[in-house]
Amino acid sequence: MKIKDHNELFQEQEYVEQFERKKEFENCPSAEEVRRVSEWTRTEEYRELNFKRQHIKINPAKACQPLGAVFCASGFEGTLPFVQGAQGCVAYFRSHLSRHFKEPMTAVSTSMTEDAAVFGGLNNMLEGLENAYTLYHPKMLAVCTTCMAEVIGDDLNAYIRTARGKGVIPQDLPVPFAHTPSFVGSNITGYDNMMKGILTAVTAGGKGEPNGKINIIPGFDTYTGNYRELKRLLDIMEVKHTVLADVSDIYDSPNSGEYKLYPGGTPLADAADSINALATIALQKYSTLKTLDYISNEWSQPVSALPPIGIKNTDSFLEEISKITCKPLPQEIESERGRAVDAMIDSHPYVHGKRFALVGDPDLLLGLISFLMEMGGLPVHIVCTNCDKKFREDAEAILSESPFGREGKVYINKDMWHLRSLMFTDQIDFLIGNSYAKLLWRDTGTPLIRIGFPLFDRHHLHRYPIIGYQGALNLVSVIVNTVLDEMDRKTMNTTSFDVIR
Amino acid sequence: MSTAIKETQKMIEEVLSAYPEKAKKNRAKHLAANDPTGQCSTCQVKSNIKSRPGVMTVRGCAYAGAKGVVWGPVKDQITISHGPVGCGQYSWWSRRNYYNGQTGIDTFGTMHITTDFQEKDIVYGGDKNLDAALHELKELFPLAKSMGILSECPVGLIGDDIEAVSKKAEKEFAIPIVPVRCEGFRGVSQSLGHHIANDTIRDHILGKGQLDKSTPYDVALIGDYNIGGDAWASRKMLEELGLRVIAQWTGDASINEMGIAHKAKVNLVHCYRSMNYICRHMEEQYGIPWTEFNFFGPTKIYLSLRKIASYFDDSIKENAEKMIEKYKPMMDAVVEEFKPGLEGKRVMLYVGGLRPRHTIGAYEDLGMEVVASGYEFGHSDDYKRTYPEMKEGAVIMDDATLYELEEFTRRLSPDMVGSGIKEKYSYHKLGVPFRQMHSWDYSGPYHGFDGFPVFARDMDMTVNSPTWGLIRRKR
Repeated sequence: MKIKDHNELFQEQEYVEQFERKKEFENCPSAEEVRRVSEWTRTEEYRELNFKRQHIKINPAKACQPLGAVFCASGFEGTLPFVQGAQGCVAYFRSHLSRHFKEPMTAVSTSMTEDAAVFGGLNNMLEGLENAYTLYHPKMLAVCTTCMAEVIGDDLNAYIRTARGKGVIPQDLPVPFAHTPSFVGSNITGYDNMMKGILTAVTAGGKGEPNGKINIIPGFDTYTGNYRELKRLLDIMEVKHTVLADVSDIYDSPNSGEYKLYPGGTPLADAADSINALATIALQKYSTLKTLDYISNEWSQPVSALPPIGIKNTDSFLEEISKITCKPLPQEIESERGRAVDAMIDSHPYVHGKRFALVGDPDLLLGLISFLMEMGGLPVHIVCTNCDKKFREDAEAILSESPFGREGKVYINKDMWHLRSLMFTDQIDFLIGNSYAKLLWRDTGTPLIRIGFPLFDRHHLHRYPIIGYQGALNLVSVIVNTVLDEMDRKTMNTTSFDVIR
Repeated sequence: MSTAIKETQKMIEEVLSAYPEKAKKNRAKHLAANDPTGQCSTCQVKSNIKSRPGVMTVRGCAYAGAKGVVWGPVKDQITISHGPVGCGQYSWWSRRNYYNGQTGIDTFGTMHITTDFQEKDIVYGGDKNLDAALHELKELFPLAKSMGILSECPVGLIGDDIEAVSKKAEKEFAIPIVPVRCEGFRGVSQSLGHHIANDTIRDHILGKGQLDKSTPYDVALIGDYNIGGDAWASRKMLEELGLRVIAQWTGDASINEMGIAHKAKVNLVHCYRSMNYICRHMEEQYGIPWTEFNFFGPTKIYLSLRKIASYFDDSIKENAEKMIEKYKPMMDAVVEEFKPGLEGKRVMLYVGGLRPRHTIGAYEDLGMEVVASGYEFGHSDDYKRTYPEMKEGAVIMDDATLYELEEFTRRLSPDMVGSGIKEKYSYHKLGVPFRQMHSWDYSGPYHGFDGFPVFARDMDMTVNSPTWGLIRRKR
């Protein structure tokens, strides 16, 4: 039986006519006027107007603090993210993360309402802790806040102490916390605050003998493949390590016909022992600023932030690991590097000189700029919603290191509607961004290469690493094959429609 | 009391035993064994009450109800998420309220527009920035027919006066500027957001639209959000019935349609939960009758067509019969195709405010049985409408928690579950066939004669996918 769903149904003549008839009641502008305004939004004049805008964000590429916080918290063994505030936020975090990973995400809310706005959220926290602990048996409850709890000034530290005092939760249950107002920073800030909160709590009084391990903090990294790749590399190097907030098994768990609330995560014992590591390396800088400060100052541990995206960045990362551990780079990894470089050389003609626009979280952008330039691509419009001037300096420094950075311009605190103006007034060949960037693809016809977060409309991309040499290989594949797909589309009715490329 | 009811009550007690005392007492009121006659006093669930903290409710908030459900789909309005960035981000383009128009030019449905509150807005108030934001938007989007200011939590807590800002801007721009006080901490679920949104339609838009002529067959289609094109499939049927749909609320709605529904002869209500308020208002204020209908599955469609026709003259009643005669063979063919693979399968539903009862008939048309059903944000009137639709002893759940859903699933072993994105993947892990019944799992439409074949196909692919058989369970 031929069944037509929305993809075909609404193209049918009777629906097309129905849509026409409906216009009688819509009082919509004429097609002519729509065309005129549409053309105008593509002009320099509109771009200028658009860039004058200071008070409204249109299609911003960032999420809010507590999303990053619950994401971070979920990466620890047996940990239930616990959010003090109104309940809709948690419904949103869970939906958002589930849509990206296509995995269950658990977190609880204290469901604060009007009365909590007046009297404070203590009672909600007390009952919430008791219910969550009794029902879901977590080994750790990691508390963060929504803007409601922040505006009314809920004191998490005091509340948790009260809860312990009243025996609502066991004395020894770790309950780290982080204040994560959504009107400050973004998802990457929330990740940072929660990480610092958790490490502070679980390592308290744990300073002891050096354990010879390296701590790795991936940052707000939504590629489960990256975590697995990272651990694989370190295992090959025989480097003892602790990945802090290891979400790989949380957001990429095997299907065994069993639903586990806590399918993995960094063992709490390892997290507690992270204070005794040789060093801590973060794979993102901007999502770990406070955490690295804390580790450096409080633990007196050497820290560095080295995002292993692209060849040179991966080189630096692995060199640092070698330096700290005195372990040489094994041939196996050297060969991987060689294969990735070989692939980049094979594909370079299709990327060389191509102009790119990029939008996303700051650390991802820094890595991608570097990688594109290694391929001979030109990063042109670099748009970041959740960053500051320091990011611009970092990005400009990377751009200035290569002749391929010559056209790159960095736009901080800007959104995808700004990028739309940029793409109309200074056209580029390819766009790199998350699923929402498909609006830009539709408006400008510029092919979209989906890298970032969230990725809702393509499946499984997050399972493939984009870090390390293997990640570089995946990046080359996705980029060059998008270029080739586009080339086929554009040449399908010409003699240039080649079978060998 | 029947055995079926007693057995279900026993099961509910077992499930509740894991809760701490206070939460147990509360949750007991929200879970019941169904009594279709409505006579058993312990079989009525309590609803529209605060969720307990920490239990992992599935519910959202008033903002989700006002922005995500009611106002968001209105296509030629700029819907501003007023407050920090998150709420607008997570509700961006996720509900599949289809519309025709050029996004960013004359329509704005799939855009995320936010005042992106920073700390200084909390400290000094956000009104000044809001005013400036409205001006910037007016310049950038000259074809917008209205702007809606959908408040997020902080707005109400810091005492901003968005009404004053709106009033001023409305005067200046000569288009409606609608302040919506849907802060997420208000009320107990999305439901209050629906109500607040209804009230703002009443206060700012209704009665202000333009309709040149009226006919005796004018109706408004209310409470259809055009998910996957549902409202379009319904509209097609209403037009074939001989009616003129002057307003479609709010899927693919224009501001003008929002302003002329009071000129309808009858308001036809699909989602009663989210839009009964404005229908009652139009009844009181303009004397417009309203009637609920159900376009899921042929049995309910036939009933509904006749019910709708009963408000009109014989020509429409005849049309209803003609339509049923015309489409019945097609519907029968769909049933014939899919029933063999679905007959006897048991379904558990946990959805929002309408589908837990409205889709039961469609499942039954395919030979399936709904053994448990519940609402995130239903009220007692929803449950009253639900009891007679279900068998004795079926499980009725109000504001169910993750724990309860999992436990009921283990005990009832349904052949498929229909719920939302937050539930979806835990069911995948359990190996229980699952369909999203908020978004139709990116399929649809499910309404009407065009929707039922899609519904049937989708339930079949859910229950009968070979992928479930690949799961290797630990022995």
